[in-house]
Amino acid sequence: MEAHAHPVGTELNPATWSDPKRYAWLLGLIVPLLPFLAWGLVTLSGLGAFWFFGPFLVFLVFPVLDALIGMDAENPPDSVIKWLEQDRYYRWCTYVFIPVQYAGLVFACWLWADGGLSTLDSIGLALTMGMVSGIAINTAHELGHKRANLEKWLSKVALAQSGYGHFFIEHNRGHHVRVATPEDPASARLGESFWAFLPRTVSGSLRSAWGIESARLERGGHSAWSIHNDIMQAWAMTIVFFAVLTIVFGPVVLPYLLLQAVLGFSLLEVVNYLEHYGLLRGKKEDGRYERCLPQHSWNSNNVASNVLLYHLQRHSDHHANPTRRYQALRHVDEAPQLPTGYAGMILLAWFPPLWRRVMDRRLLDHYGGDVGRANIQPRARRRVLARYGGSAA
Amino acid sequence: MSAYRCPACGYVYEEAAGNPREGFPPGTPWGEVPDEWHCPDCGVRDKVDFVESPSREERGPDEAE
Repeated sequence: MEAHAHPVGTELNPATWSDPKRYAWLLGLIVPLLPFLAWGLVTLSGLGAFWFFGPFLVFLVFPVLDALIGMDAENPPDSVIKWLEQDRYYRWCTYVFIPVQYAGLVFACWLWADGGLSTLDSIGLALTMGMVSGIAINTAHELGHKRANLEKWLSKVALAQSGYGHFFIEHNRGHHVRVATPEDPASARLGESFWAFLPRTVSGSLRSAWGIESARLERGGHSAWSIHNDIMQAWAMTIVFFAVLTIVFGPVVLPYLLLQAVLGFSLLEVVNYLEHYGLLRGKKEDGRYERCLPQHSWNSNNVASNVLLYHLQRHSDHHANPTRRYQALRHVDEAPQLPTGYAGMILLAWFPPLWRRVMDRRLLDHYGGDVGRANIQPRARRRVLARYGGSAA
Repeated sequence: MSAYRCPACGYVYEEAAGNPREGFPPGTPWGEVPDEWHCPDCGVRDKVDFVESPSREERGPDEAE
């Protein structure tokens, strides 16, 4: 049992246990509110720099908050998990994200078209909207794992802003199945920089999603090019949203809509990069991979990033129990830990020499110095083995 | 008809109900589900990991989801 679970025998039930993060989850709504906050700050201060408030908050404020607030390895006791998952308050925190997200997108389009912004201001606002887009993929991720059709549908809607509608297929049916293997486009390899990973994951995930969806449709006797194709339904939403916004506000908004979409899915992919970097599942005698275990995901207990990302950083428990709701995800002692929250790790990932310096050592320590147990980028294999002293097996 | 349960998340494949969304019409026997198929809810376990479990009929109406 986990060291942080409450001692056996202690009477714990919903009446005696209260969730310390319960109201903190509302802070997640800061993200879809970003365009309104940016506008407010620009108006109050007269400084156009605040159009860049989104990236400023995610990449500067949150890494600092992670360092200041620190960690929390506290788990809800097993006896309340079921009750905690059934509390509808938590799911409403994620549902509300979506109307606010789209109100913000309409507001941003109005600002781009009629807000009197300079080109630099408009780019700043597009970067801010890219943060909303990317973190909306995280909200979509939470919803897309659930069994209820309403939540699956909301997941598609949240993905429309980034045009990444194929994600909830590839993630649930591709990534979760092949995670921490060389076959998974969304699991990064030792010796692979983020900049090499990005095109591989974007193209590989797209191909994989299409293959999974075509196979499903073919089993049911449909063509891949049919109305039942979930990927095309999701992409159609993006096309309709962007077309309507372009017609209403004018073609001036279209380049910014495209820019924020690319930034949004790139933000998701940098998070994918750090979640499984170098980790590899062993193969069993029958040739299948061992099932996904806690040691196959990087985790972080930094409170600030965890509240912003609905406990996404408790990633091992998520992979063990993908349908478990965010408020009930647990810290797992056996899981390898990142040195800081995702926000700070993203900054490192952008600078491959820094990333290697921090992460390669941690990965090697995780494998007891045996580099041969890591998921190594084939192209870099010789270089990696030379550097970390593995045999050329 | 039989039923098979995902040991990770508890999803149950009922032969009587099939899973039309996954391309298995009602009445599709477990044997016709391809071996490489995995749990549609969690994606964590493959078909070969599924365990036989009481079908909805056997469980009775009270336990149906």
